[in-house]
Amino acid sequence: MTQANKGWTTVCSEGDLIPNLGVCALVEGVQIALFKVDDQVYALDNHDPFSQANVISRGLVGDLEGKLVVASPIYKQHFELSTGQCLEDETVSLNAYPVEVVDQKVQVSLASATVEAA
Amino acid sequence: MSRKETLVVVGNGMVGHRFLEKLVDAGGLERYDVVVYGEEVRPAYDRVHLSEFFSGRSAEELSMVSEGFYDQDGITLILDEAITSIDRESCEVHSASGNTKKYDQLVLATGSYPFVPPVPGHDRDNCFVYRTIEDLEAIKEAARDSKVGAVVGGGLLGLEAAKALKDLGLETHVVEFAPRLMAVQVDDGGGAMLRRKIEGLGVSIHTGKNTQQIVDGEGAVHQMQFADGEQLNTDIVLFSAGIRPRDELAKSTGLELGERGGVVINNDCRTSDQRIFAIGECALWSGRIFGLVAPGYQMGQVVVDQLVADKDSAQSSSQFTGADMSTKLKLMGVDVASIGDAHGNTEGSLSYQLIDEEKEVYKKLVVSKNKKKVLGAVLVGDAEEYGTLLQMMLNDIRPPENPAELILPQTDGSASSGLGVAALPETAQICSCYDVSKGDLVNAVAGGCMDMGALKAETSAGTGCGGCTALVKQVLDHELTELGVEVKKDICEHFPHSRQELYHLVRVGELKSFNEVLEKHGKGRGCDICKPTIGSVLASCWNEYVLNDQHAQLQDTNDYFLGNMQKDGTYSIVPRVPGGEITPDKLITIGEVGRDYNLYTKITGGQRIDLFGARVEQLPDIWKRLVDAGFETGHAYGKSLRTVKSCVGSTWCRYGVLDSVSMAIAVENRYRGVRSPHKIKMAVSGCTRECAEAQSKDVGVIATEKGWNLYLCGNGGMKPRHADLFATELDDETLVKYIDRFLMFYIRTADRLQRTSVWMENLEGGLDYLREVIIEDSLGICQELEDEMTYLVGTYQCEWKTTLSDPEKLKRFNHFINSDESDSNVVFVSERDQIRPATNDEKITLKQL
Ligand code: SRM
Ligand SMILES: Cc1cc2nc3c(=O)[nH]c(=O)nc-3n(C[C@H](O)[C@H](O)[C@H](O)COP(=O)(O)OP(=O)(O)OC[C@H]3O[C@@H](n4cnc5c(N)ncnc54)[C@H](O)[C@@H]3O)c2cc1C
Ligand code: SF4
Ligand code: FES
Repeated sequence: MTQANKGWTTVCSEGDLIPNLGVCALVEGVQIALFKVDDQVYALDNHDPFSQANVISRGLVGDLEGKLVVASPIYKQHFELSTGQCLEDETVSLNAYPVEVVDQKVQVSLASATVEAA
Repeated sequence: MSRKETLVVVGNGMVGHRFLEKLVDAGGLERYDVVVYGEEVRPAYDRVHLSEFFSGRSAEELSMVSEGFYDQDGITLILDEAITSIDRESCEVHSASGNTKKYDQLVLATGSYPFVPPVPGHDRDNCFVYRTIEDLEAIKEAARDSKVGAVVGGGLLGLEAAKALKDLGLETHVVEFAPRLMAVQVDDGGGAMLRRKIEGLGVSIHTGKNTQQIVDGEGAVHQMQFADGEQLNTDIVLFSAGIRPRDELAKSTGLELGERGGVVINNDCRTSDQRIFAIGECALWSGRIFGLVAPGYQMGQVVVDQLVADKDSAQSSSQFTGADMSTKLKLMGVDVASIGDAHGNTEGSLSYQLIDEEKEVYKKLVVSKNKKKVLGAVLVGDAEEYGTLLQMMLNDIRPPENPAELILPQTDGSASSGLGVAALPETAQICSCYDVSKGDLVNAVAGGCMDMGALKAETSAGTGCGGCTALVKQVLDHELTELGVEVKKDICEHFPHSRQELYHLVRVGELKSFNEVLEKHGKGRGCDICKPTIGSVLASCWNEYVLNDQHAQLQDTNDYFLGNMQKDGTYSIVPRVPGGEITPDKLITIGEVGRDYNLYTKITGGQRIDLFGARVEQLPDIWKRLVDAGFETGHAYGKSLRTVKSCVGSTWCRYGVLDSVSMAIAVENRYRGVRSPHKIKMAVSGCTRECAEAQSKDVGVIATEKGWNLYLCGNGGMKPRHADLFATELDDETLVKYIDRFLMFYIRTADRLQRTSVWMENLEGGLDYLREVIIEDSLGICQELEDEMTYLVGTYQCEWKTTLSDPEKLKRFNHFINSDESDSNVVFVSERDQIRPATNDEKITLKQL
């Protein structure tokens, strides 16, 4: 996997993120949706597999049965912020990406979360 | 398969039609070729709701026939064609135009006709009866040049007709032969109270009057002269002195008739000829004619069983064994109910009476000698106990030790000591109009009907006379509780409250942000259900800018970017065009903006223009141009007022009687931006031709020569509903006042995403209750409602204008936080000289190029 070697990209400063409101960043040609909830930043694909539109960052953030989720603004499916798993359809998930905040800079890596853990 | 038999039905009225529906449902068309003759020009319509013709319900809307019913193979409807004779030997019927049809089975459903006493002058011009749509059309026409109207007959139908005359603006009199009103259904005490109430409404009642002749009037068309020497001048005479069965066909072919008319039937609903059935108001069973629809429907069912179901099986047929004639109705806004043995004719029966002159209520209860059975009741002025008492009578439920408790007002203010619906057996008939039992309702609820709307649609219960609605609701609530579906209406897992409760908590607790509400009344972080709902409630109460820091995170993307997100992630732009009126210059601006930003441009169904395909980063520039040209946001994205449609009205139209455009603009500008449980649509028409389709809107206003008529709770969309006529002949000020109150009351009490139509369907007490709250101020909240609306009107702002003036907010209108690029996934192709989103296949092809 080449992805595992990808480095970190700085996308914005932490202050640009408003709690519970998503934004979209372009990282090496990939659209990433970023959400800040309680000082923790999450990164998912911005592409919504149900509508084929790049809109996940514009979804509402909340929790369902204890899981932090974002709801797609088009057909309202929920995706878990930490894993990208879709709650309505277990066969669908978004990629979740590692994020770090270093010196108030928000950095994203395109290595998939699972590869990173390995 | 053997040859199909021919079934001929004479009469296409309420009972005849319902019989055919049941026949078709039972598979009758496999066995019979059905030919139906109707003497009227239109197929069956709802006579029970005939009077609504005067409040704007059209002939089409009164129709009982679902689309395509008479287009099915095997069923032929021949209208405007009376059957004039029956030849029983050759089994043929002959029609007025000379046609002949052979039958194997014949059903007579010829109904009845209004009895007109043969007093000299009864056939003068401007003398009418009240039975068909044509009758009503003629009355309406005559009322135009009339001032006074008199109804002969103070029975149920007579009083209904009197109300119609009153609503047509006539000075109205009721002339009754008997010493009291509604002599059949109510007793002396009830009749007296009824009279008092109806006179209070401005209708003159003359009882004990025997009309001897009708001659030329003095200062009016007619003069009615009575046996006691008195007289009454009137322009219109309307006879409603009872009905007579239409048995002329049966008579001419020698079928057995009753002494005073009516085609004699047995328990199978067969006449004295085995091949001929009779059902409905023409039939005489056990010496009785049943002048209500429900017994007729039951007869129809019996005949269907004979013709279809039981033909093959040896089991015994269903039988007609009489019907309960209890009724509950509202006459001129007065509740009147009569149950069972209202007059206490049963031997040894005991009765209890309550007369409350202050509240103008009369109640009487009749029980058996041993006090173990309810036999009958009369209720005037307040018929709340109708459902309970009727069920107790029908199901032999034992009254309490002191039966009077059943009609006594409860001193502690709780509902009277009725019986719980749980006490009713499954077989108890709840809706007599459609013969719906408690068991039917229970099954429907188990099958997924979770609210009144669904339950009514599924079972038809409550859609006839409406008398059973309260009881149906009780069964619904009871069953939901039983099923463990708590009747609580929590909006989501974060709040153990309904929207209505949340509204109350926010308003009373003066809570100003989602976080405050969550802290005090919820748990967790919220979700995509409760956030926008509470965002909307906060806006309905305090009307702060929806994108300020505490509220922004609550808004759906549409409200957040102040546009409607389309399937490809772009947004649409809908500037407000109040009342649909727009200057050429403004049209040009919209055209220029559409051209300069290459937006797809379309006229909407709401009399304005939608521009599609704007990328999020383009929105501020586009809106700046629109706002500079004087446009405001159209809230096409908001759960708030959408459009107020207008017709051109009296300014230009030769028929217009009031200026509908000015009113539409005033109303749209008044309520723009007000956040509500769901979107709200309105319309104003300049005359009854109704070119603005106001009766399909949440709020519909129609001009008349005497002022505005206000219609409420209409809906287009998925489940259309015609708006109800709420109030008539209003001046501008009262109209706006009523709309203010209506909207705030809806905003206070509706569920999330509940349009006014569904809200109304579920409102206990329905239209009457709404009138009480809004017109009579029964809850004493009208001032509050008006003040709240005044506040909302005063704090309105165009969200786009505010947003454009705040550079911090404008920063959010970018696709990427770290790049000025656009979303490469948004791709357009050209169609009919405009853009449209590319399909996925097209996107792939375009990429390869
Ligand atoms: C643009 C328009 C269609 C058109 O090209 O004509 C339209 C477009 C949409 N309608 Fe509509 N409706 C439009 C007139 C209507 C009408 C006709 C009317 O208003 O006279 C109706 C039926 C009347 C009614 O509502 O009673 C109508 C009944 C609906 C419904 C069904 C509502 C219901 O109670 O059954 C929905 C779905 C909903 O709201 O839940 C809906 C929802 C929508 C949404 C918001 C669907 C969505 O979520 O994307 C569409 C987006 C609008 C946009 O992107 O700008 N639209 N929609 C019309 C905008 C009118 C305007 O100027 O604001
Ligand atoms: C204003 C009004 C209000 C009412 N309110 C209520 C109420 O609240 N509750 C209630 O239960 N009932 C009410 N009724 C009574 C109810 O309408 C009747 O019980 C019901 O219509 C009877 O149905 P039917 O089919 O027997 O007769 P109809 O509906 O009268 O139908 C008979 C049809 O047969 C046609 N016909 C007759 N002879 C021939 C022929 N020879 N050839 C061809 N066609 C023929 C007639 O033209 C008519 O169209 C009301 C009636 C009126 C007029
Ligand atoms: S509703 Fe009446 S006034 Fe308005 S355009 Fe139609 S005909 Fe003219
Ligand atoms: S009893 Fe008439 S509608 Fe149910």
